[in-house]
Amino acid sequence: MKVEITVNGERTSADVEPRTLLAHYLRDNVGLKATNIGCDTTSCGACTVLVDGESVKSCTVLAVQTDQQAVTTMEGLEGASEGNPAHAVTAAFRQEHGLQCGFCTPGMVMAAISLIEEDPDLDEKAVREGLEGNLCRCTGYHNIVRAVLVAAGKDPDAAQQAEAKSGSRSMAPGFSTGEAGA
Amino acid sequence: MPVIRGIVSPAMSILGTRVVRTEDPVFLTRGATYTDDLTDERLTGALHLTLVRSPLAHAKITSIDTEAAKAAPGVVAVYTGADLDLEPALLFPAANKAMLRPFLATDTVRYVGEAVAAVLTEEHWQGEDAADLVEIDYDPLEAVIDLKKALSDEVLLFPEAGTNSVTSMHLGKDDPGDEFFADCEVVITREITNQRVAAAPLESRAASAYWGDDGRCTIFCSTQNAQSARDEVAGWMGMDAKNLRLILPDVGGGFGAKIGADPEFALVAAFSKMAGRPVRWNESRSENMTGMVQGRAQLQTITIGGDRDGKVKAYRLDVIQDAGAYPRLGVVLPMFTRMMASGTYDIPKVWSTAQVVATTTTSTAAYRGAGRPEATQAIERAMDLFADEIGMDPAEIRKINVIKPEQFPFTTKGGAEYDSGEYAKAIDLALEASDYTGLRAEQEARRKRGDAVQLGIGVSSYVEITGGGAFVENATVEVHADGTVTVLTGTSPHGQGHATAWAMLASDELGIPIDKITVIHGDTDLIPKGAGTMGSRSLQTGGVAVHNAAAELVDLAKQRAADLLEANVDDLEIDKETASVVVKGVPGSKSVPLAELAAAEELKVFHEWDGKKPTFPFGAHVAVVEVDVESGKATVERIWAVDDAGPILNPLIFDGQRHGGIAQGIAQALLEEVVFDPDGQPLTATFADYGIPSAAELPSFDLVTMETPTPVNPMGYKGIGEAGTIGSCPAVQNAVIDAVSHLGVSHIDMPLTPVRVWTAIDAAQKEASK
Repeated sequence: MKVEITVNGERTSADVEPRTLLAHYLRDNVGLKATNIGCDTTSCGACTVLVDGESVKSCTVLAVQTDQQAVTTMEGLEGASEGNPAHAVTAAFRQEHGLQCGFCTPGMVMAAISLIEEDPDLDEKAVREGLEGNLCRCTGYHNIVRAVLVAAGKDPDAAQQAEAKSGSRSMAPGFSTGEAGA
Repeated sequence: MPVIRGIVSPAMSILGTRVVRTEDPVFLTRGATYTDDLTDERLTGALHLTLVRSPLAHAKITSIDTEAAKAAPGVVAVYTGADLDLEPALLFPAANKAMLRPFLATDTVRYVGEAVAAVLTEEHWQGEDAADLVEIDYDPLEAVIDLKKALSDEVLLFPEAGTNSVTSMHLGKDDPGDEFFADCEVVITREITNQRVAAAPLESRAASAYWGDDGRCTIFCSTQNAQSARDEVAGWMGMDAKNLRLILPDVGGGFGAKIGADPEFALVAAFSKMAGRPVRWNESRSENMTGMVQGRAQLQTITIGGDRDGKVKAYRLDVIQDAGAYPRLGVVLPMFTRMMASGTYDIPKVWSTAQVVATTTTSTAAYRGAGRPEATQAIERAMDLFADEIGMDPAEIRKINVIKPEQFPFTTKGGAEYDSGEYAKAIDLALEASDYTGLRAEQEARRKRGDAVQLGIGVSSYVEITGGGAFVENATVEVHADGTVTVLTGTSPHGQGHATAWAMLASDELGIPIDKITVIHGDTDLIPKGAGTMGSRSLQTGGVAVHNAAAELVDLAKQRAADLLEANVDDLEIDKETASVVVKGVPGSKSVPLAELAAAEELKVFHEWDGKKPTFPFGAHVAVVEVDVESGKATVERIWAVDDAGPILNPLIFDGQRHGGIAQGIAQALLEEVVFDPDGQPLTATFADYGIPSAAELPSFDLVTMETPTPVNPMGYKGIGEAGTIGSCPAVQNAVIDAVSHLGVSHIDMPLTPVRVWTAIDAAQKEASK
């Protein structure tokens, strides 16, 4: 099937097998390899990209489903073509050491961009819950959370202290709250 | 949380400062280049390898029919074990010699996921279709999953071996029996499980190979040590290692599970030769969750004895290690576990044994800590059980029993020679940072109120061994005429930031800024020797080698500059502002830039460093958890980590290693477990089933730092890669049990899932109401 997809501002097209996933289209047809595939159950989020501005796991979308739409990968962010992580999120990831092996990074960065776009007033808890669909095995998320807070214009030290003192980690929704006899 | 640093590095040195990574601009723009990302022209026209894997844990293969698969679209070849010229191999030298692994199973399969046939296709997706068409008939045999049952030898994996026992350590020999604890007022014994977990690096295994016209084979692959992986593959293929080149692209995490070569690397090379074309292989996650080696997997019996004043007098650890179907590095895990059995404590009598047994499961090997977390978990549980029994605070009992600073160097009963440490100080720092007294008061209040959400406080004191088993590493430092530097290292980073860290070490000696220093690793033609990166060794081995090489290069530069400057070599030094050789104490005198010396003659030094010994980082963690006693759900609220690995080269990277380590420790304590059903079917073979934590399951971490140097190397460095995991896991397990100990619970095996915690509380309450 013929698809036409705008990727990082450039029109791309190819004749693809109907079952071709967007992730494979980006990697194999367009040749953009930043988008990684880390699982086969839509669990890890390493393949996260933006489709018309919304974060999407590109292993869960067929290339044909994004026909005539605009896809953004990490390679399309500000400064990327010059090898300069100049986007607010990529710059913060570097400053805060929000990456180690780098495999989850492109997906994590794109998920973070979408998260900040949706909720500019993020706190630590919102960042943690907002990135639940993206797994990282190296950083323990500590510095990823900081990087996203920095990119959102927050003071990560203050946010982490507030979170630690709030007790808001106490129990997920639906669990009792700690009062006697609850 | 302010970071307490014991040693302030001298002014002007880049060492000890927070330096953002030189790797990151690429990683954050076009992305890293992993094996599957390669567009190397040598792989042009590569075929894609898809392996047909066994759906059964233990079975006889009665027939394989490849005809339908051969006729499928895009299929170039379908191979079985009968086509292969690779002899079954013993994957670990110390294992039972009859436990050979075929590269493709021909007669028997011994775990779910074992490779039986191979499909080579033009496109990757064609392989998945064609693999389904390979018809294999199996005659099922009984699976062997339970470790004690495996040891009974009722069902044998390798009938020719006559036993499932892979090896044993100290078993039966001079066993002291009950006498060992005869002088103890209190003796507690308990069986605990250190469950099997998956390393699950986000990049799964991958390899590509091509053969040159010169008869040499090049393999691009994802591993933690190119040089020993080369030697392993060469051995399997019966070829001279000189004819094999391994090149490592970026590696997306390893955590021990990518140590050495996987048999698939040899398959890729063999098929490339057979098909006469390059071959690529990149496994799926589901394949990875059964095919990649897994960690831990020990059944332990701990026995601890001592007096009611808190002094521990005797400790015994009996380990059964699950090796999986084909013994690999898992065989050495209990060796480290035994060596580190007594932890940070000065215990007069220590005894340990180990049995390693084969089961019809995925092979086991190293996972972050590799044998040391298992030792720490056991002794730290034992200390809590003992404290609970005599009614003493867990922090107090640890401080009574830890080795004192004046006792170093300290040789343990397990034969480890601890280099340096201040174990009680680490505990005190953790208690102080966490307001331990305040936490205990809050816990008491909740207990008195009978809150549904109880507070648990867990303490761990740990020491671990870094750089164990391999102490030699090399580095080459070369200054070029344009003032840039190339560093070749035998280490093999896969997230640890060696490009930045090694550049800092070279820069500190040469005065050349890190952005002019390129660090190269993982090409066995450029770097024929190297130990690689595992066991938290890289800084104390490879880092020290870089430091020494750069220092030798400075000496060489001074010798060459002496004539030009008409000065005695001893009167010369490097001016680090200008990267030039100058006369000491004579500002404005004549100088010679290193670049100028390099222009005149190659300015390059190879240095091989032999640290001769491992080092022993240590620390103490305090974890605070909340446990909903009605549901059993445990949540980590805070964790304070005191980790001491000697002087810190780059706090950014140092703390990053701790964060990742702490997260993996918490994950094992609360969430992760590789589960097989009684038939050997894996129940956790995807990321949807296996409990890797997301950001939402973890808190931020509070770090407190100590810096106690080791005398083992000139920089005082120890390793930090695994410490976080080793400290956090027992702290969290102890905390959860502590939260419900007043309800009569004294132990719960990991992972401490809601159902396990709830079941333990329920059982304790039923027992109490009898």
